[in-house]
Amino acid sequence: MSFILDNVSYRYSEKTAYEITALDHVNLQIDDGEFIGVIGHTGSGKSTLIQHLNGLLKATEGTIYFNGQDIYEEDYDLRDLRMQVGMVFQYPEHQLFEETVFKDVCFGPKNQGLPEKDVTLRAYEALQNVGLPEKYFDVSPFELSGGQKRRAAIAGVIAMKPQVLILDEPTAGLDPKGRDEILDMIADMHARYGNTVILVSHSMEDVAKYVDRIIVMDHGHVKFDDAPRQVFHHYKELEEIGLAAPQVTYLMHEMKEKGMDVSTEATTVDEAKEAILRLIG
Amino acid sequence: MLRDITLGQYYPADSVIHKLDPRTKLFATLLFIISVFSFDGIVGFIVMTAFLFGVIALSKVPLSFMLRGLKAIMILLVIAGLFNLFLTPGQVLWSIWKIHITREGLRNAVLMTIRMVYLIMGSSVMTLTTTPNQLTDGLEKALKPLQKINVPVHEIAMMMSIALRFIPILIEETDKIMKAQMARGADFETGGLVKKAKNMVPLLVPLFVSAFRRANDLALAMEARCYVGGEGRTKMIPLVYHKVDRLAYVVVIAYFVLLMVIKVVL
Repeated sequence: MSFILDNVSYRYSEKTAYEITALDHVNLQIDDGEFIGVIGHTGSGKSTLIQHLNGLLKATEGTIYFNGQDIYEEDYDLRDLRMQVGMVFQYPEHQLFEETVFKDVCFGPKNQGLPEKDVTLRAYEALQNVGLPEKYFDVSPFELSGGQKRRAAIAGVIAMKPQVLILDEPTAGLDPKGRDEILDMIADMHARYGNTVILVSHSMEDVAKYVDRIIVMDHGHVKFDDAPRQVFHHYKELEEIGLAAPQVTYLMHEMKEKGMDVSTEATTVDEAKEAILRLIG
Repeated sequence: MLRDITLGQYYPADSVIHKLDPRTKLFATLLFIISVFSFDGIVGFIVMTAFLFGVIALSKVPLSFMLRGLKAIMILLVIAGLFNLFLTPGQVLWSIWKIHITREGLRNAVLMTIRMVYLIMGSSVMTLTTTPNQLTDGLEKALKPLQKINVPVHEIAMMMSIALRFIPILIEETDKIMKAQMARGADFETGGLVKKAKNMVPLLVPLFVSAFRRANDLALAMEARCYVGGEGRTKMIPLVYHKVDRLAYVVVIAYFVLLMVIKVVL
């Protein structure tokens, strides 16, 4: 058991003219080793939700348990929590600051108080894991391309070897190729290390292929929380809240409506291909 | 966190004061401040208090917001008050050891405290009911005559509104960067002064980089839309005086004249 959210609510600028309820009585349980997609429209509360998981925001109501401990307890070490729950923010520009990429990746492990040798080793390993070629290690992070910056930023977090890895829109602003590469890399690491991964996105297409569980947020509520194919059954409701199911879901539903005997379960292009091939025998 | 800080601290409400032209409010505030510092006497202060609280009531802004501005200068007020109280020479009212409280000292302390409080509250009424953009618009128009003596009024106003416009953005950005670094174990709170300053580097570098990038983007966007400065530039929402504004001018001037009369008569 890694996370339990018990009736968590969060309001921005409480008791002023600008008060906004970002989370409204959210109850969730997240287990070890899960690969989860958190999906929602802009302003649905998905970013607010994940910032609670490593204690960057404190719930106005309710509480959060990490590995059985209440993270809002007086003597709970939030800094330690943040080392165990790694979070990569949407814009790599927000965290890159050192003179070289390598030094920047060292920042996290150094803060953990590891000996110099381990820091270097961790940084090296992390950079290799994100697939950043060695020739970029001594380059200023500001000279990297968008996709490379993102890799460097992710390396900066996984170098701390967190139990849980949270990524806020890791593919925003990337071209389709860069997007697939980053997501493949994340899925690959999840398969190898078996850590918990939480992927935040507003694109169903992005996550459908990778995750085992989707949490759909809408107006600060958890609207759906299920396996992808179960969630996509509600594609009409998803549309109402400004989201969409993957395109193959629409295709399969349309084929079924036209009287063809296919299952509407397919969520990825490959599954759809299989189903159609089976149909035409 | 940092999100709660607002500059200009505009309080949205639907009131007569909110609807006034920013120039009217600038003029009224200026006149009110002059009046607070040039008149005294009990009757005078009763008139000022009535005027100030009348305007606050009209503005529909909760009084607690007005008093918020006072918190920042509380210490200054207390120190200045005590200095005035103990260090003004004159007729001694009360004394212990070497400390004397004089009639003049008491009077100065009370007077100065009231003046400072009214100064802050008076300008708070303006900043709480006017958006920063309206304010710069008003300033630009009010200072227009200075253009004749080669003061770049438009440019100054433009810089002001750009600066004001970017403050909330940079605050939000700072908040995000802090979070991103805290997620990597950065510590902004503990440690001595030197350590604290050193810990700011991971915050300041991305912030500066982003500020320069934003400035660059904005300059490009302005040039792409053929911005060349104030020459021949028109406003999307030109400032026009309405009936309320004329009425407000009459009220404010009447207020000032009343105070002058009180001063002369009493």
